[in-house]
Amino acid sequence: MGARERILIRIAAARGTTESADIGDAIRRHSRGPMPRIEKDLVPRFRDRVIKLACDVAAVRAVNEAPPVAARYLSEHHLPPRAVCWPELNALDWRSAGIDTQARAARGDDMVGITGAFAGIAETGTLMLLSGPQTPATVSLLPETHIVVLEAGRIVATMEDAWDRLRSEHGKLPRAVNFVSGPSRTADIEQTVTLGAHGPYRVLIILVGVQAKSL
Amino acid sequence: MQVTAMHFKRKAGANLRNEKLQKALEKLQSKFVDGRAVVIAELSDFEGLRDAAAAIRDRVLNNLDGYLQHFEQEATARGAVVHWAETADDVNRIVAEIAAQHGVQRIVKSKSMVTEECGLNDFLESRGLTVLETDLGEYILQLAKEPPSHIVAPVVHKSKEDIADLFEQKHHRPRTTQITELCREAREVLRPGFLAADMGISGGNFIIAETGSVLIVTNEGNGRLSTTLPRVHVAITGIEKVVPTLEDVTTLLRLLPRSATGQSITNYVSVLTGTKGKEDADGPEHFHIVLLDNGRSRLLGTELQPMLRCIRCGACMNHCPVYQNIGGHAYGWVYPGPMGSVLTPAFVGLENALDLPNASTFCGACAVVCPVKIPLPDLLRQLRHEQVKRHLRPWQERAALRLWSWLAQRPAWYALGTRLVVRLLCLFAGSGKRLRHLPGVSGWTNGRDMPAPTGRTFRELYRSGRT
Repeated sequence: MGARERILIRIAAARGTTESADIGDAIRRHSRGPMPRIEKDLVPRFRDRVIKLACDVAAVRAVNEAPPVAARYLSEHHLPPRAVCWPELNALDWRSAGIDTQARAARGDDMVGITGAFAGIAETGTLMLLSGPQTPATVSLLPETHIVVLEAGRIVATMEDAWDRLRSEHGKLPRAVNFVSGPSRTADIEQTVTLGAHGPYRVLIILVGVQAKSL
Repeated sequence: MQVTAMHFKRKAGANLRNEKLQKALEKLQSKFVDGRAVVIAELSDFEGLRDAAAAIRDRVLNNLDGYLQHFEQEATARGAVVHWAETADDVNRIVAEIAAQHGVQRIVKSKSMVTEECGLNDFLESRGLTVLETDLGEYILQLAKEPPSHIVAPVVHKSKEDIADLFEQKHHRPRTTQITELCREAREVLRPGFLAADMGISGGNFIIAETGSVLIVTNEGNGRLSTTLPRVHVAITGIEKVVPTLEDVTTLLRLLPRSATGQSITNYVSVLTGTKGKEDADGPEHFHIVLLDNGRSRLLGTELQPMLRCIRCGACMNHCPVYQNIGGHAYGWVYPGPMGSVLTPAFVGLENALDLPNASTFCGACAVVCPVKIPLPDLLRQLRHEQVKRHLRPWQERAALRLWSWLAQRPAWYALGTRLVVRLLCLFAGSGKRLRHLPGVSGWTNGRDMPAPTGRTFRELYRSGRT
């Protein structure tokens, strides 16, 4: 008998029966816990929360307006106009905006990463990114600057809503679901919050499909 | 990790006199305690959320074998390999075998208290492997060769000057005490380590039965790097960390960062399922999950079972007046504070941690802040009972209690005894009416004077008042 069996037997003995309970049913119900109240207008709520998390935000009406906004941001921050980009987003006209993009996974020396996001979560101002061939996980992680193009229609109220949307659109989980809430940070030294630990120092979220004045 | 909980009293005393440590602990209190209070106020029904979280954890613990097997089935279906470890030694052996199997030389680690239980780093290094801690706090401790003193903020006992000295000595770069500069320096030193690593080791804040996933919460991004870049990922966690569904883990996530660091959510929450797909451009090719028992299953079905609800937020230690004054190292093992005072005796044996259940004023703050409503003072009291039952208390204490019990059951002797003691104390105090020294309880009188009794016992006064 191996460790697995011995551990399972000890657990069953503590329960007072050697039969395992049927838990599949409980899992399939997906019942939710107490839910927070989130205002109906999700976009302003999302925007307020990401700003509190030290993200930068811009709004554009259509996705083709995103590259010039990104280019302006890079020049304002004295960053090189070169980026690694999700293959999924590389069809956008980055070149005309003056950004030289490469569609691939990120390497250690990439300075700027451009990604989309599967969803935005208004409750906490969180981005939800799924890994995949067209959406490599490293692009949002290795570069010091992370630029996110997010359709406003993909902003949901809570993480529970995001899970439902993932189940209905993809069925199963990708290798990695990464929830990102602002630039990486650490407070390990004297509990003093410092932005830019091992991940990005800054995150720009370009919200697509919103009138600037509606924010 | 070696257990030194038997030296609790000596270490606690030394730490109380350590001014630098006292200053560091004050900071922890102001940041984490106040920060938590602010983000808790965001929630309209915090109590309801705590009840729901405790219920989720209890549901799992009451059917732990079923949930673990469901998790194993789902994880395996996605290409992960699930290992079961009964002891810390088993974990070390399993990880070394995985490393050998995949030809691993260089390992990066993100913070894991379970691997501290196992002393995994020392073991792997003794096998000739390179292990690099990548959480900033854990990296600093690896350089300083010290154990963590807090489960969330492991390096809380060090000042930025200490860290500046350490970095200067180890990195051979100009000394800086700017915290942002120290963080950048660590990033620059560690980045090549991530890129060159063959294996990443992480903990697992939760494992999800529904999907066979491991969930990791981090702020720095080192957890993501360690589990994305190397070709092998090993996640090591306790068997009690399983949660039924994505919805359940979401409920717990509303509590964990708020209780831990006063954040509504941590920067990164990663849900990792299976291995890199054929077309994927990044991610590990091999995913091993090690589930550790190490005494956990022994707690099931006992009065200590509620301790297994613990989600390792650290709120109990942040709010504990004892921890706030002595810091984490005094507790002598991986887990400090009230949760550690229950876990350490439970895992390493009550006889090896005699002082820990007594390292509490029973003020109850830990139970009030616990996000999964663990009745910590009750559990500590239970361990005190256990100590007495097993005759583990010192003979002086047992003799004194026996004498007390004998006297308390004999009113005449009791009256005589108290009359004698009261008069004796009066005599000791002399004209000053204050007792500056008392033989046998110098620990108490070293820091304070005791007012001398008035000369008559309560019973004498009571009787004279009635007649």
